[in-house]
Formats: sequence, structure tokens, C-alpha cells
Amino acid sequence: MRYAMAVDTKKCVGCSDCVVACQTENNVPIGYCRDWVTEVTDGTYPQLEIEIRSERCNHCENAPCVRCCPTGASQFAEGGIVLVEHDRCIGCGACIASCPYDARYPHPDGYVDKCTFCIHRVDKGLKPACVSVCPTKCLYFGDLDDPNSDVSVVLKKRKWKTLIPEAGTRPQLYFLI
Amino acid sequence: MRTTRRQFIKVSALGAGGLALAGSSMKWTAASTLLNSLTGGVEPTRTPTYCEICFWQCAGWVYKDQAGNIKKIIGNDDDPHCNGRLCPRGTGGVGMYADEDRLKTPLIRTTVDGQDTFREASWDEALDLVAKRFKEIGVQYGPETIALFTHGSGGSHFGHMLKAFGSQSITAPSFAQCRGPREVAFLATFGDIIYSPERTDIRDTKCLVLIGSHIGENMHNGQIQEMSDAIDKGASIITVDPRYSTAASKSKFWLPIKPATDMALLLAWMNVLIENGWYDKEYVERHTVGFEQLKAHVKPFTPEWAYGITTLDPNMIRRTAKEMHDASPSVIIHPGRHVTWYGDDTQRLRAVAILNALLGSWGRRGGFYNPEKAHVPEFPFPAFPKPARTPRESYAGKYNLANEVVSNGMVDATIPSEGNTFNFKAWIVNGTNLLASLPNQANTLKALDALEFLVVVDTMPMEITGYADVILPECTYLERYDMIRKSGHREPNIAVRVPAAEPKYNTKPADWIARELGIKLGLEAFYPWKDIEEMLDWQLQQVGTSLEEMKRIGVKKFPREFDDLYFTEGQDISFNTNSGKIELYSSDMEAEGLPPMPVYTAHEEPPSGYYRLIYGRAPMHTFSRTANNPNLTDLMDENVIWVNPKVAKLWGLKAGQYIKLRNQDDVLSTFAIKVRVTERIRWDSVYMVHGFGHDNKKLSRAFGRGVNDTEMITNVKVDPAMGGTGMRSNFVTFVTEFDEKEAKA
Repeated sequence: MRYAMAVDTKKCVGCSDCVVACQTENNVPIGYCRDWVTEVTDGTYPQLEIEIRSERCNHCENAPCVRCCPTGASQFAEGGIVLVEHDRCIGCGACIASCPYDARYPHPDGYVDKCTFCIHRVDKGLKPACVSVCPTKCLYFGDLDDPNSDVSVVLKKRKWKTLIPEAGTRPQLYFLI
Repeated sequence: MRTTRRQFIKVSALGAGGLALAGSSMKWTAASTLLNSLTGGVEPTRTPTYCEICFWQCAGWVYKDQAGNIKKIIGNDDDPHCNGRLCPRGTGGVGMYADEDRLKTPLIRTTVDGQDTFREASWDEALDLVAKRFKEIGVQYGPETIALFTHGSGGSHFGHMLKAFGSQSITAPSFAQCRGPREVAFLATFGDIIYSPERTDIRDTKCLVLIGSHIGENMHNGQIQEMSDAIDKGASIITVDPRYSTAASKSKFWLPIKPATDMALLLAWMNVLIENGWYDKEYVERHTVGFEQLKAHVKPFTPEWAYGITTLDPNMIRRTAKEMHDASPSVIIHPGRHVTWYGDDTQRLRAVAILNALLGSWGRRGGFYNPEKAHVPEFPFPAFPKPARTPRESYAGKYNLANEVVSNGMVDATIPSEGNTFNFKAWIVNGTNLLASLPNQANTLKALDALEFLVVVDTMPMEITGYADVILPECTYLERYDMIRKSGHREPNIAVRVPAAEPKYNTKPADWIARELGIKLGLEAFYPWKDIEEMLDWQLQQVGTSLEEMKRIGVKKFPREFDDLYFTEGQDISFNTNSGKIELYSSDMEAEGLPPMPVYTAHEEPPSGYYRLIYGRAPMHTFSRTANNPNLTDLMDENVIWVNPKVAKLWGLKAGQYIKLRNQDDVLSTFAIKVRVTERIRWDSVYMVHGFGHDNKKLSRAFGRGVNDTEMITNVKVDPAMGGTGMRSNFVTFVTEFDEKEAKA
């Protein structure tokens, strides 16, 4: 089992519904977020392009945050999901510093928090909150080991890229381009 | 903003009792262990609602946590408005409920030491006062001089009360400040309107043409979903916009038009379609009148002619016309929604309608479908009294093609003027912040000043609440019942709103407020139901369901009565126009002395050093009503002004710098706005999102954040056909030196 997510930049309109849905689903305090939207504009008027990306933890296969965690709070769960066990986290912030994607934040309650791919929902057969709410259906989630999963199918069909591949973290968040 | 008599009061007498309750609502039980985060998703109860954050009214489920706090709202899978997916505003609807700045108790205007202020009142006292003043005004001037300005679900409750009292003076800015021109234009052309949600068959279209419409930034949920589906299916999108909108970035063709010249492009497209025979000949012959006149009319309007006006490459005009032709009839020249731009908007939308007729898209798959509504009988009540005067009589002789009441017509009629004997004396304003929703604030303030009595019913202390004599705090949609949602769609359907929580603070549902007021006005006979639950249940039973069932399912769909989602090919259709045909040549417009076929008019240009002010939407906000929502301000807490890098260089403007704006009538913005230097806007225009720059201090997150575009819109071009207020002929320049403290507020 290898969970992954694909984001279709050709459909994403940057509405940030993924951000609000994550906040209300996962009790993320106002002022913090586990996912966010990036917009990159290229060119000069009127020869322009925009790429809009809904971003979050890349659940890297070679995760520096897990490697550097002094207490073992950052760990891999089933399907390669990277999780923080809040009770074991001492809030040292080493993982925040090590993440090339800036995907983690210090929760005001003293631990480090980040995207869980909504493992509590996935365990029940549901999609992550961001995927299930997205009005443009630009988010695909599933098991890469299953060739028929939404994410496997769309990655076979479309051109894609990952962010900062040179960091060597083997990210599992794919962007359809 | 000050008026002589009606002094604006920052709502300051909010109860301390209410404040004690604030704050606790936002503390969700934080999942503090891995185990908790794995198992914390227990969802004990869910309550059906339909959203009130915008007019799309998506149906959803309200979930509470174990402590009974409203936790999240999720779309209803069976709802054709949202297909189980709410937009950011709907998902963030929890913030409207949690907002600690809400109006908390009834307030009455009073004078202390010569200063106007509000004092807290009981519901009984506040409603007694409203009833007393309404009775007095009714006797002295006639009940029809009491007007209702409304937007949203409260309108039906207050409308019912007012009609029972003898006034049908009811209006919504959603017509003459927004979608009015398209409804009037399509009515004149096809004999039917666009409706809401729009009847555009985007799901199955092959080519979607957007004229300044920024789907994706305007978060009209169903349309965005369908546009995304259409992208998946390989549909081409053509976007006409001086700004590189999100939709433009998804488009095969983006036409970066010079603003205010859309009509020239539309006429050139007609010319190309007709001259090349790229129109649906069979459809045009069978269904339309006026083709030969139209052909002669558009002959001079070549792409080369349009080039000099629009700055668009003539070849691009031809290529895009061919693209539409190739997709025909599965093509949509989208009518847009907020289309009150230049004062000739009905004509521009007529041009859009004509293009759709030429391409044969009306009534065809991938074009425009025929929506059908569920028929739900009303709970029987006595016939309303006939009002002595209808609201149209207050602006008699004007805006004759308007198929709804013109709010600015009623505002004008509120200001005493020579020759007008029908002046409105009292207003109820519900769910619309008129200082932000009506252009020309000076005019609105004059009307407010002329009023003898103003009641504002709202959830939040907006600018308009500061001018009220009585403020009635309604609870949010998550705390109340409302009328059954019955919208036209591919499948007839209904949705219900059921309270998920008790009203917070000393707030009340709109239906309760209107009914209590009605009873105090002696109108008991018009309220034969015990309560709204009984009324809703009776109505639902008539269509084979019940309130009990609807509480479980939220949305119910019904089979279509007519198998006419699209026209039957080869069959004659009777259109609801004067001729019974699609009118390329409009007899309605001609009868009004207006051009029966669209003509191009050159609109005002910005003076040197000024830039055309274009405004629009952000996907996470609705009008000015969400600007204080804690969840949504977390995503966007101010508007910014988009400035082209060339212009920024000329003015020495830096990204992130705060500036003030001054418009062509020398109006200086109250607050400052952050500069966004971006290639995405033309050099002759600036752009900002509508709904910011609130100046009510009680909005702790919204006060002083950004600029209120409405403040800058003082040059209003009124559409003679239907009274629409054209707002895009306003120009601003940059003010870089001002009192910092004042700006940061």
C-alpha cells in the first residue's frame, strides 16, 4: 500500500475550499493551516500563464522530518502516511526546519502538526476532507499499488511533476500539468 | 460619511451579557493524541440546511461535535446545486455562526446629551416600536410607503408581513445592481429568463465563452463544477477580459480586450458568423424573426472595424468565431451574472442572446436547457389586500422593461423631488448592506436622511445598521428554519433548512420576527399556522413527503413533468415573445424607443493619470457580508489593488505598499489598500475584489481592511431599458501620501 495524491493544476481555481475543509475537519486553529494554495504567474501581458496548486505535506518516501525527529513522534503509518504522534512530540521544531515544503506548523498546544491525508477518514473508506470537498474535483487520492485507484489512473493518463525533486525526498504529492 | 439628521452610530451598545457567551463557541475539542486524531471523527448528529452565504443556496449537512458545538458543514450528495461539494464559503459557514461580533440583542436609537446612540431593548419593546411607527406611517402616507430591501431568505418572511399590511414595495439589489440586464435581454429575445442557478448546460458544452465573467473567482458552485467537468471532457473556453482571470488561465483563447468595448467584439462575431454562413441556418429559419435586418445591421461591423475599438487581433476574432461555430449548437455565450457595467447593458446582453440564437444553442444540449421547478403549494392564507400603489408607480414611466422591481428607482423615490408624490417613508432592510450594494453612496445617504423610519434586520453590524432607528438581530441560517428551497434545475428538487443549534445570544429567526411584528400589526389572519414547522410540514405533505422525512434526507428530487430538457429537433416552438419567435430584432426594445438591434456606443475613457476601476469576486467571500467571518478572513482578510508593472513603475509603486485612491469626482477612499503589482491586469485598468473597506468598528476583523469599491463608484450609468446601475465608468488615481495612522485604522 502506498498512498498518494495528485493535484490537477489545469482545473484548480485556487478557491481554498481544501484549506477551510481541512480546518473544520481536523480542528486546525484559525490562523494555521495544513494545506494551502500557491499561485505562480509567468510571462508578460498578454502572454501569460498561471499555475495554481493546492499544496500540503508530500508524505515523502524518504522523509527528512521522520529521520530527524529526536523522539520518534514523526513516523510512517500504513501506506507511507507521515504522521506526528502529538503526545510524543516535544515541539522542538527540527522537523519544521528539515521539511523542504514548509508543510508543518507549530500548533499552539505545543506540538507540531501537519496533514495526515485524513487517515481517520481513509480508514473508514472515505476520501480526505480536501479531496471530498473540492468543487473542481482537481484532487485525486488513492493507493499507488492499486492500478485502478483514482490516483494511479490519472497519473498514467496525464503528464505530471513533483515539487523540489532535487531534495531527494521522493514526494508522493503529484501535480498534473 | 455623515448625514445631517440621521447620524451614523457605530453599534456600541452591544450587551455585556452577550459578550460573555462569545469566544467559547470557537474552541473545538482539540485532538491531542495520535489516537484521538485517528478516532476523533465520530459524527453523532447531522442536520440538513441550505447555505445562506450566497444565493446559490447549496444544500448541506451541519455536523456537531460531542460537546454539541457546530463543527463542520458538508454538502448534500443529492443536491444538484452542489453535488455534495460546498464551496469555501459554504464550508466556512461555521464562521458566520461563531462570529463573536454578531448583533446580539435588539437595539433602539436614542439621544443622550445631543448624541445619537443605541440602547438595548427587549424584543417586545423593539417590535412594539416598529409596529407603532408602521401603523402611524400607514395611516398618514399609506402602507405602500413602507418598503423592503432584501437579499436572501429573510425576504419571504418580511415580504409576507408587508404584503399583508398592504405594501408590495419590495425590492432586491440582485436585479438592478446585478443580473437584471441579462434577464431583460433574454426575455426580450427568447421570452424567458436565465434563472438562478443559471440554465447554462456547461456540463455538456463543447465551447464556453465568458464575457468578463470570472467563473472560478465567482464561486457559483454548480457552474464551477460543470466547467471543471467540461475541461476534463476537452471543451474549449474562450475568455474575454482585460484581466488575466483564473478562467482566462484555463482558456484555449484569452482575448485581452480594452475595457468597455465588449459590444464591438460581439457585433464583429455576429458579422463573422453571418458573413461566413457559420450560423445554424435551419434553427434560425425555423425559430427566429429579424434575421435579414440583423444581417444588414452587422454588415459594417467587421473584425477590422472592431480591432480599432477593442485592440483585439481581427484574426483572433475570426478564429474564436469559428471555434464557436465548430462547437455549435453545444456552445454557450455565457450571459454572466453581475452585468450592470455601462448603462447599455441590456443591449450588450441582447447581443449575447443573439449570438446564442445564431449558433442555435438555446434549448440544445451543451447550450441552454429548460429548467423545471417543483410545484409546492403554499399553506392557505387570506388574499393579500391590493396595495393603493405598486412600487413601479414610484418611478412611473421609467425602466419599463424591468421584470422585477428596481431598487435604485425606489431609493430615488425616497428622496423628495418635484412632481413625485409617491415617496417611501420607511424601509426595512434585511440581509443587504445598502451602503456597499448600491452605487452612489451620497444618493443612498440622501434617501436614508429623508426616511422617517428605518429598521435593519441583520446578523452583523454592517454600515447600514448604523443608520437604523431599530436594529433587529436575526440569527444565522444554522439556527433557524426557512422556506422550502425550490429552484429550477435539470431535475425539479426541494431542500429544507432545519436549525442545527438554538439561536445564539438574544437573536431570533426571521420568520419569528416577521410574524411577531405581523401580529402586533393586527395581521393574525395571515398567519393561520401554529408555527413554521407546521407550515413546512403541511407544504411538504402536499408533495408526498414530510418535515420528518426531509430532516433525514435534506433534499428531494422529483421526476420532470415535461420531457423538454432540450428542444425536440425539427419541431416548432412557441416562444413567449411578442412575435412568438426568437426576436433577433426586438419589438420590446423598439417599443421603448431603444435600438431594436444592439449598437456600439463609445463609453467614457479614463482621464490622464486615472485608471478604470474594475471590481470582481474572490472565491472565499460573498459581497461585503463575509468580510468579518473568522474562517474566511483567515483565507483573505483584505482586498488588494492590482496594478500593471508598467503603471507601478510610472508611479513608483511597490508591491505591498499601502495607498489611497481618489476617483474622478474627487472622492478619496476612507482607507488604504495594498498594492499588488501583477502582469495579470491591463495598463489602463486596476482591479479589486468587492466587499472590503468596512468602516464599522464593531467588525473587529473587517474594519479598515482594504477599500470599499462602492465608495469609489459615484458615476452611475443607468440603463434606460430596466434601470440597471452601470458601475464601470469610474476611474481612480493613486494617492501615496496620506496620514499613516488614519489609513491603518
